[in-house]
Amino acid sequence: MLQGVQIDLISQDSLGNMTSMEKIHLILDKVRQGTIVILEKGLEPDEQSKLIEMTMNEILPDDFNGIEMETYPSRDDNSFLSRLIGRQSAATRLTVIGPANQLKMIKKDKDQISAWISTR
Amino acid sequence: MDIFVQTKSSFSRFLSTFFKKKRSRIGIYGPPNAGKTTLANRITRDWAGDAVGAVSEIPHETRRAHRKQDITISGTNGHTITIDIVDTPGVTTKIDYKEFIEYGLDKEEAITRAREATEGVAEAMHWLREDIDGVVYMLDATSDPFAQVNIMMIGIIESRKLPVIIAANKIDLPDAATQKIRSAFPQHPVVPISCTEGKNIEDLYEQMVHSFR
Repeated sequence: MLQGVQIDLISQDSLGNMTSMEKIHLILDKVRQGTIVILEKGLEPDEQSKLIEMTMNEILPDDFNGIEMETYPSRDDNSFLSRLIGRQSAATRLTVIGPANQLKMIKKDKDQISAWISTR
Repeated sequence: MDIFVQTKSSFSRFLSTFFKKKRSRIGIYGPPNAGKTTLANRITRDWAGDAVGAVSEIPHETRRAHRKQDITISGTNGHTITIDIVDTPGVTTKIDYKEFIEYGLDKEEAITRAREATEGVAEAMHWLREDIDGVVYMLDATSDPFAQVNIMMIGIIESRKLPVIIAANKIDLPDAATQKIRSAFPQHPVVPISCTEGKNIEDLYEQMVHSFR
């Protein structure tokens, strides 16, 4: 039987239609099954905070050790619309999330993430 | 102390008592083993003659947030702040009990420690969203400041518009690279310190009075 790791790439449009909790449940459900999740657009800071909190609640000895997560550094959102409404924020970018015992980051810079993925 | 500064300080204390200004809760956040509890102990010993918690080389020694209330810190310009210090567990996205076995704990102890650590990290994140007014973000100056957890935490703190000071700890060690931390977070004040030796700790107090007033 072919051995391998499933990688799910989730589009920005798809994420945009979800609530914060739906995104977090989607990510954790997939990662707990050993899937590597690549988000076209990263989570908002508040969602990242909740993801850490919920990940901690899911950790079980010899079963799930948590997540590895890497993202490109965010860019400042200085668009005309943002300035007009007075909300200049950091635009989140592509994000890779996987089980901590399968996904190891090798190197990251502002435009490239190198990762190593192992089977379970 | 100069008589003018002394009078100004007393007057400032009188006014804050009179108007009962809400005390700010200042969280000490950072990755495991950055020296958060050592700093919390030093602050409370220096300004309240007390300690907050135990320290250890084993990661996740602090597994619950500890709050020390009513600490008044004075700056050299006569300004003072009265704050609660919240020492928090080291933030991470992963905890493997086997890591603790490598430090000599038996399996049962390691599993218990890991479970408590996960609860502590979740609690720390909850505090940050609900109950913290300012942050001292503690970094080990010998480690990579660009680690994802640091980038993520600073982003979370910024999104909540909380004042933050980066404390670059362990500058007494030969591999300490404060400049790397400054270049990672140029938007925030970075204070190089050694908590164990007390080096530059006065600079940190000065910055705290300035940032958390």
